[in-house]
Amino acid sequence: MVLSFLVFVPLVTAIVILLCRSAGQVRLAALTGSLLQLGLTAFLLLAYTNERQAGNTDQMLFQYRTIWFAPLNIQYHVGVDGISVAMILLTAFIVLAGVLVSWKIENLTKEFFFLLLLLSAGAYGFFISLDLFVLFFFLEIAVIPKYLLIGIWGSGRKEYSATKLALMLMGGSALVFVGILGVYYYNGSQTFDMLELSKSHIPVAIQHFFFPFLFLGFGVFGALFPFHTWVPDGHSSAPTSASMFLAGISMKLGGYGCLRVATYLMPEGAHEYQSIIILLAAIAILYGAFATMMQTDLKYINAYSSVSHCGFVLLGIGMLTQTAIIGAVMQMVSHGLMTALFFAAIGMLYERTHTRAIEKMGGILKLTPFIGTVFFIAGLCSLGLPGFSGFAAEMTVFMGAWQNTEIWYRIATIAACASIVVTAVYILRALGKVMMGPVLDEQHADITDAGWNEKFATVLLIVAIVFIGIAPIFLQHLITPGAEAIMQNVSRAGF
Amino acid sequence: MSASIIALIPLVPLASFLLLGLFGRKYLSAISGWIGTLSLMFSAGLSLVTAYNYFFVSGKVNGVYQQITLAKFTWLAFSPEVSIDMGLFLDPISMMMIVIVTFISLMVHIYSLGYMKGEERFATYYAFLSLFTFSMLGLVLSCNIFQIYMFWELVGVSSYLLISFYFDRPSAVAASKKAFIVTRFADLGFLIGILILAFGAHTLDFKTLIEKLTTATPELHGMISSSFLGLSALTWGLLLVFAGGAGKSAMFPLHIWLPDAMEGPTPVSALIHAATMVVAGVYLVARLFPVFVMSCPGALQVVAYVGIFSSLFAAVIACTQTDIKRVLAYSTMSQIGYMMFALGVSGYSGEGGLGFTASMFHLFTHAMFKALLFLGAGSVIHYVHSNEMKDMGGLRKYMPVTHITFLIACLAIAGVPPFSGFFSKEEILTAAYHSNKAIYMIALFTAGLTAFYMFRLYFSIFWNKEYHAHDESTDAHHGEAPWTMKLPLLLLSILAFAAGFVPFGQFVSSDGHPLASEFHLALAIPPVVIGLLGIILALVMYRGQNNLSEKVSGLFSYLYQAAYRKFYIDEIYLFITRKVIFNLIAVPSAWVDKNLVDGAVNLSASMTGETSELIKGWQSGKMQQYAIWFFAGVIGLVIMFVCMWY
Repeated sequence: MVLSFLVFVPLVTAIVILLCRSAGQVRLAALTGSLLQLGLTAFLLLAYTNERQAGNTDQMLFQYRTIWFAPLNIQYHVGVDGISVAMILLTAFIVLAGVLVSWKIENLTKEFFFLLLLLSAGAYGFFISLDLFVLFFFLEIAVIPKYLLIGIWGSGRKEYSATKLALMLMGGSALVFVGILGVYYYNGSQTFDMLELSKSHIPVAIQHFFFPFLFLGFGVFGALFPFHTWVPDGHSSAPTSASMFLAGISMKLGGYGCLRVATYLMPEGAHEYQSIIILLAAIAILYGAFATMMQTDLKYINAYSSVSHCGFVLLGIGMLTQTAIIGAVMQMVSHGLMTALFFAAIGMLYERTHTRAIEKMGGILKLTPFIGTVFFIAGLCSLGLPGFSGFAAEMTVFMGAWQNTEIWYRIATIAACASIVVTAVYILRALGKVMMGPVLDEQHADITDAGWNEKFATVLLIVAIVFIGIAPIFLQHLITPGAEAIMQNVSRAGF
Repeated sequence: MSASIIALIPLVPLASFLLLGLFGRKYLSAISGWIGTLSLMFSAGLSLVTAYNYFFVSGKVNGVYQQITLAKFTWLAFSPEVSIDMGLFLDPISMMMIVIVTFISLMVHIYSLGYMKGEERFATYYAFLSLFTFSMLGLVLSCNIFQIYMFWELVGVSSYLLISFYFDRPSAVAASKKAFIVTRFADLGFLIGILILAFGAHTLDFKTLIEKLTTATPELHGMISSSFLGLSALTWGLLLVFAGGAGKSAMFPLHIWLPDAMEGPTPVSALIHAATMVVAGVYLVARLFPVFVMSCPGALQVVAYVGIFSSLFAAVIACTQTDIKRVLAYSTMSQIGYMMFALGVSGYSGEGGLGFTASMFHLFTHAMFKALLFLGAGSVIHYVHSNEMKDMGGLRKYMPVTHITFLIACLAIAGVPPFSGFFSKEEILTAAYHSNKAIYMIALFTAGLTAFYMFRLYFSIFWNKEYHAHDESTDAHHGEAPWTMKLPLLLLSILAFAAGFVPFGQFVSSDGHPLASEFHLALAIPPVVIGLLGIILALVMYRGQNNLSEKVSGLFSYLYQAAYRKFYIDEIYLFITRKVIFNLIAVPSAWVDKNLVDGAVNLSASMTGETSELIKGWQSGKMQQYAIWFFAGVIGLVIMFVCMWY
């Protein structure tokens, strides 16, 4: 299995798109490319599980390494463990769904799909990198296209939102970069290689100093309170597929970075700042949920609820128990799928009703049963109904968090649990207003239900959500070895 | 019986849900009712066989009913000991429950064929009914406390979907939301309770959990000795789990959702909000009963007091309500209160465990007569197109089958011998008499109230004034009800009459040993007398048209008003949620986010802008200006050096 294909396929697709002559060709190329990605990731999953079943216990599989820039010892080093495989699968699902729901983009079609595929290349590259410099390189690739996607194809205050998002994420990357340099210079052997770094012991004082840079930097991506404010504005101004991308993948770059880079490489630092991380995560969970209750725009509702749900990721990481870390990764996958589904549904509705204000809609379920059902599924997944992925992930986080016996952390866990009630309040409020009740607007009477592309996209995501929801053990098994490796480092750090 | 066959009991309704949910609307609309009904017939038949097999063939070993776990597999693992396992748990109460659930569900399925006829979303309705039945069966067969929690949530959502079935009515939407959120709030307690118990006992498995927490193990010792805010971890865990049960079972003060839930179609109320889902809380306490009774009697006392208070409280309100479904809803709450306090006053094993048996017995008989009452009320509503008592009266001539079956149910709930309610209520009161006299007295008084309000309902519907249809033309050719609605009424009335003769203690007891319940004549007389008094009072006040009821309500006007307004509990909740939580937490959160957090981001942006605005003059590109600054700098440095030098 050549991992670099994961980066090449989207890149080649992007180039092919540039060469296309008509919008139809562009769409076809984009669809073929994203189907190819999904096939490739499915193959990766198969190959990965085969290797594991054959007894391969290496931490990272399918490694490939070549010198990229010798003077600074930068290597193009890639490899995957279960956590990365899970994130790569998530990316492939969202890219395909995103391409499908953008089928009707008329304005600058070629450029739009080009940027979308460029983004996916960045995301894949990020998830397979084992070299900090390469990882950072891909992180940046995954930021810049977003600015254009929002600024050009967005809606509302798009310039403001695009600028805000780009600046805040750039700020986050700057912090990450400082952190990476700190790790590079003080680990004793001047390497960017994560596997080597995890074995070398970075001095405790250095960990204490540089951990906040890495964690906060990635935290900005992962909507760490109080650096989350790019999320609501960015998501709501972005076009549908970019919202799906932002919430489904970009926020996961942050969570993944917090786990794989910050916590894994500097466990002492993670321990030092554990209480702050947990506090901020608990605040994000509850405060995000309460702020959601006040929103009246569907996209803002989903964006604030993402802040709340991503809080579970950071809470799981902060608790530093194996189960909680597994839960955090499961929550990343689950939230990615679920929030992409939600944004897809909102986009479908917005295209038809030209509004996202919940008080202007009513009785949509009666008019468009398919879209209505999708809304219900997304909503019920978001409020953590068993049978959908959200439940399994959240419960794993709660159970893992509870394993940490420190009383204050348990109180934070209880506070996080309390969000399940608040979530129910805002989800049911939105569903009740928009989907149920009498039809409010006469003009909505003749809206059409979902088209083939929309049905394909949403069914794809729903199947993934329901599969994880019914049989979470497969995802858990996939993630466990990776989480174990991280936990080994954490426990070697002496607690 | 092999596990895979027993597994079909919940799985067949699930298959029916998937089939009807995915294809029902488009392709199977005409036959969807029959698909649902047939699948339930299959499940009900299989449950009967399974229960028969358990009770009479294989369940008993050395005279004790065993707890058998079948088909267990790991769904999610958290540590070597703590994992969510799915499985089928066979013991006397789960066997009893699958019979009740499938039978009542089957009755409701048949009844709905007539009641919901012509409904546009007929297939969806049956899909949701199947989903509910699947979830409820999964709940009662759970072998793991987390498994029960999952199905607990699923029955909650089925209930939500069915309450809001008529989703274009804003009141139905509001009621469904309320039901879900109130029970979710209670489930939060349940979840935290699970976390506490699971990590105290290092297991989620019911059987192991109960074993560990009822014998002298280090886990039990640890949970009793660690304390938080004055209560031991075990007490916290059990009380929080009970909070979850209280929410689902509509115990005070978490009962507010149940009366509103009557917005759903009436057969749904019969199935979910009377016979099955609302007793899940009782079932949960019964499931963990050994832990309550042996290791934490304090928590069991709380169960008893919450139960008896809810019972009385609801009975008082029921006397004043005029919507017939709401009267039945409060009566359900009151009867569940009976089951709860029966558990609360019970001891463990032998005669002392009578309360447990009585509670389960009452759960069984109540399911029959309360489902019958709701289905009867449904057929009345179907006939007069109204829920209000004032639109009814004199219906006995027009609906003979409904009339007789409703009367049987009323006699059963009022505890008139030899109807079923008499036997179960008598056992409960006996258990209370031996354990706690205060609870006994209140329960006795409540029994009188129950008889009174049920017969108030009965006389107001079927006697009182002559019936005048509002619109003669439509009702003239509109018969009582189709056979699909009458058949369930007849079958249920047979059971509502005869269910009391089951020697219940032989099958269900706190410890698995058969319990021979003795009949105490002295203890049986007071409830019967007080019940008859209630009936006579209702007869005098509501048999014919008179102004007695106004006079009585005038006499107790404050109490009457308070009870009519349901003791203002809804208003208190509205105040807390709308005013306190919304204004003190949600509004400030959104404000802080918009102004402070986001403000800080914007401020940093504008400060960057202003700073650059301020200093951009320095890069003006004018040579003279640079020269002036250059010389000024040189002079400044010279002065500085000179000063430093000396």
